[in-house]
Amino acid sequence: MFYNYDLATVWAFILAFAIFAYVVMDGFDLGIGILFPTLKVGEERDQAMNSISPVWDGNETWLVLGGGGLLAAFPLAYSIILPATYPLIIGMLLGLIFRGVAFEFRWRDPRHRPYWDAAFFCGSVVATLSQGILLGAVLQGIKVEGRAYAGGWLDWLSPFSLLTGVALLSGYAMLGSSWLIGKSHGSLQDHSRKMAFRLGITTLLVMAAVSAATPFLAIDYWRRWFEMPRVLFTAQVPLATIAVGAIFFWSLKRGRERLPFVITLILFALGFLGLGISMFPYIVPRALTIWDAAAPEKSQIFMLVGTVFIMPLIIAYTAWAYWVFRGKTVTEGYH
Amino acid sequence: MGDEALFLARVQFAFTVSFHFIFPAFSIGLASFLMVLEGAWLRTGRGVYANLYRYWLKIFAVAFGMGVVSGLVMSYQFGTNWSVFSDKAGPVVGPIMAYEVLTAFFLEAGFLGVMLFGINKVGPRLHFFATCMVALGTFISATWIISTNSWMHTPQGFAMNAQGQFVPAGSWLPIIFNPSFPYRLTHVVIAAYLTTSLVVGAVGAWHLLRDRTNPGARKMFSMAMWMVAIAAPAQILAGDAHGLNTLEYQPAKVMAMEGHYDSHPDGAPLILFGIPNAAEKRIDYAIEVPKASSLILKHDANAPLAGLDTIPDDREPPVTVVFWSFRVMVGLGMAMLGLGLFSLVARFRRQLYDWPWLHRAAMIMGPAGFVAVIAGWITTEVGRQPYTVYGHLLTAQSHSPLHAAAVATSLVTFVIVYFIVFGAGTYYLLRLMAKAPAPHETEPSSTPQRATGITPAPALSKE
Repeated sequence: MFYNYDLATVWAFILAFAIFAYVVMDGFDLGIGILFPTLKVGEERDQAMNSISPVWDGNETWLVLGGGGLLAAFPLAYSIILPATYPLIIGMLLGLIFRGVAFEFRWRDPRHRPYWDAAFFCGSVVATLSQGILLGAVLQGIKVEGRAYAGGWLDWLSPFSLLTGVALLSGYAMLGSSWLIGKSHGSLQDHSRKMAFRLGITTLLVMAAVSAATPFLAIDYWRRWFEMPRVLFTAQVPLATIAVGAIFFWSLKRGRERLPFVITLILFALGFLGLGISMFPYIVPRALTIWDAAAPEKSQIFMLVGTVFIMPLIIAYTAWAYWVFRGKTVTEGYH
Repeated sequence: MGDEALFLARVQFAFTVSFHFIFPAFSIGLASFLMVLEGAWLRTGRGVYANLYRYWLKIFAVAFGMGVVSGLVMSYQFGTNWSVFSDKAGPVVGPIMAYEVLTAFFLEAGFLGVMLFGINKVGPRLHFFATCMVALGTFISATWIISTNSWMHTPQGFAMNAQGQFVPAGSWLPIIFNPSFPYRLTHVVIAAYLTTSLVVGAVGAWHLLRDRTNPGARKMFSMAMWMVAIAAPAQILAGDAHGLNTLEYQPAKVMAMEGHYDSHPDGAPLILFGIPNAAEKRIDYAIEVPKASSLILKHDANAPLAGLDTIPDDREPPVTVVFWSFRVMVGLGMAMLGLGLFSLVARFRRQLYDWPWLHRAAMIMGPAGFVAVIAGWITTEVGRQPYTVYGHLLTAQSHSPLHAAAVATSLVTFVIVYFIVFGAGTYYLLRLMAKAPAPHETEPSSTPQRATGITPAPALSKE
């Protein structure tokens, strides 16, 4: 069944792409939500909101693709991970509800705008923490018996998963602030640059902490990172991260407007690559490989055909939508 | 994982899906309405269409946002609460839903930003294209999700593998185009158009009662009443066809809808009203039309119709719920037909804009579409119990291994959050609708209110 093996791998990469697209695209939306209380009421907040209101919905759609794609390509993994992280998924969804409706509601009701701004902030924080803790919960392992989750409903809670939660909070906020540097001017830009500097430091620190803790979760992770000759390859990831971090601070110091965001994307890509090294080919670490969880060939081929044709189109019109709203966000909005 | 957890999971799914369904039912129709308005504006250049477009776009933005966030919940609910179903049916329903995401959700979301905020960035033609893509997206989305849902009602084209999963047996065409899909899709899409036109009609009527000369109110009322007059009878025909299809593939559901506890070998009566008595398995105080049910369902007054006595008790759907929800839906459908006819009479007498009773009737019928849609949804979904995949997978064998406490907590949270968030959203929608369409509607974007400025940036405030 060599053929099927390849298909599962292809799907693992497509899903990884969808998840990465979600993380960086909704990441800066959520990051702006996390930063919201630090922005001045009025012009700064409005400008920040306007910089994402035409694109946030498309960004969030990648999360639907992540969930739907997991169900379609790896139904067993979907039906084990979701019950195992039940409160986190529910928390994420509720957070995203408050975050999502705030975009419209805050304009419809100026009298209660402070409440919807608070909903925007709290929703973003709760959704981000849930996603971050979920990442840690999956990495630390899930108890599986037969074809089902076999643990309790709070198994996901651990110091490690809380650490990944905080890491993502810092990472998204860093994405949000570096996005705002490119999209804003004046006081908002100055503020964003200051925040980006601080968040760059905390993000690199928590990334280091997560990386240092991961090999101690299980001997398997240790081998994946430190065994010869793999280490010659894997060691490049943290080294590159340090280099990229340095460029980030340099770009901030030089007052570059778009580079910090691009660099943050690269930083996320490196973190993602690190996760890949830790996990692949497991989809539920140490319990289920992508081949164990794969849907039958027919299902995967059927979707692959569509994906190959439709995905480039999606990327094309998404890029077009970003291009339409390129440049600085003006206070007066889209007249 | 006892019955408690199962029951709570069912309540949670019913609650979240019913809430969610309200928004697409409105936004599918509204997206098409906006497309027609903008198309009419581009073709005729008449300002009234542009104004109506802007007026309804603001409402669309709020409704669509609520649809998006409540829909996101649905795409994860399968895994959180129905993991066994997801594992078993995932290979079949998963790809179809993945196609919905790829072909519909991205299309809607990708062009929505341009539709809401981009009119002065891309020009009218490209903007119209964006509106069309959003409308097309809502329609494609309905197509795939109804296909998935229909497969669960009338599954075919699958085999079972060694792990007990439903897997595609051969071609995907019989799975996608399963027997109930075309009927259900037609019925649902017309329902969405009807729901929207009733809302638009009610809003128009409300403003006509205040000022019958308002050109925007006149135009929207007239357009909505045309739609009701056409869609209501079409819906009754589509519903009838869907019912016959259900009789063929899910006879127990039709028995529950009709309240037929007993078989009728020589012509079954049509029970108009009555009180289902589940314990005694009969309909109390029934008002019946003899042989009419056979006439409707079999097109022959003396045709035999089997009753629930032919179905094992543990395979029967809950009769009372289905019996009532079906009557609510049909009753409202007839009232919609009545409103459509009323409007035709008024139009014929050239009193469409000056007959307050018509406007009052249209206002009362404003929410009728939503109620009918939910009632219809309950009829079909409760009517297919006790199965998730009809005839093959029991609901009681589909749910996640979760503690009742976990499901109860999330259910309570969903209820509270939904009432706060969607309660506020509905209030904002009503407030937008309560404002009369003005000759110069503002842009729908989040920003224009501020053009007049809370804090206009000095350098940019010179238009």
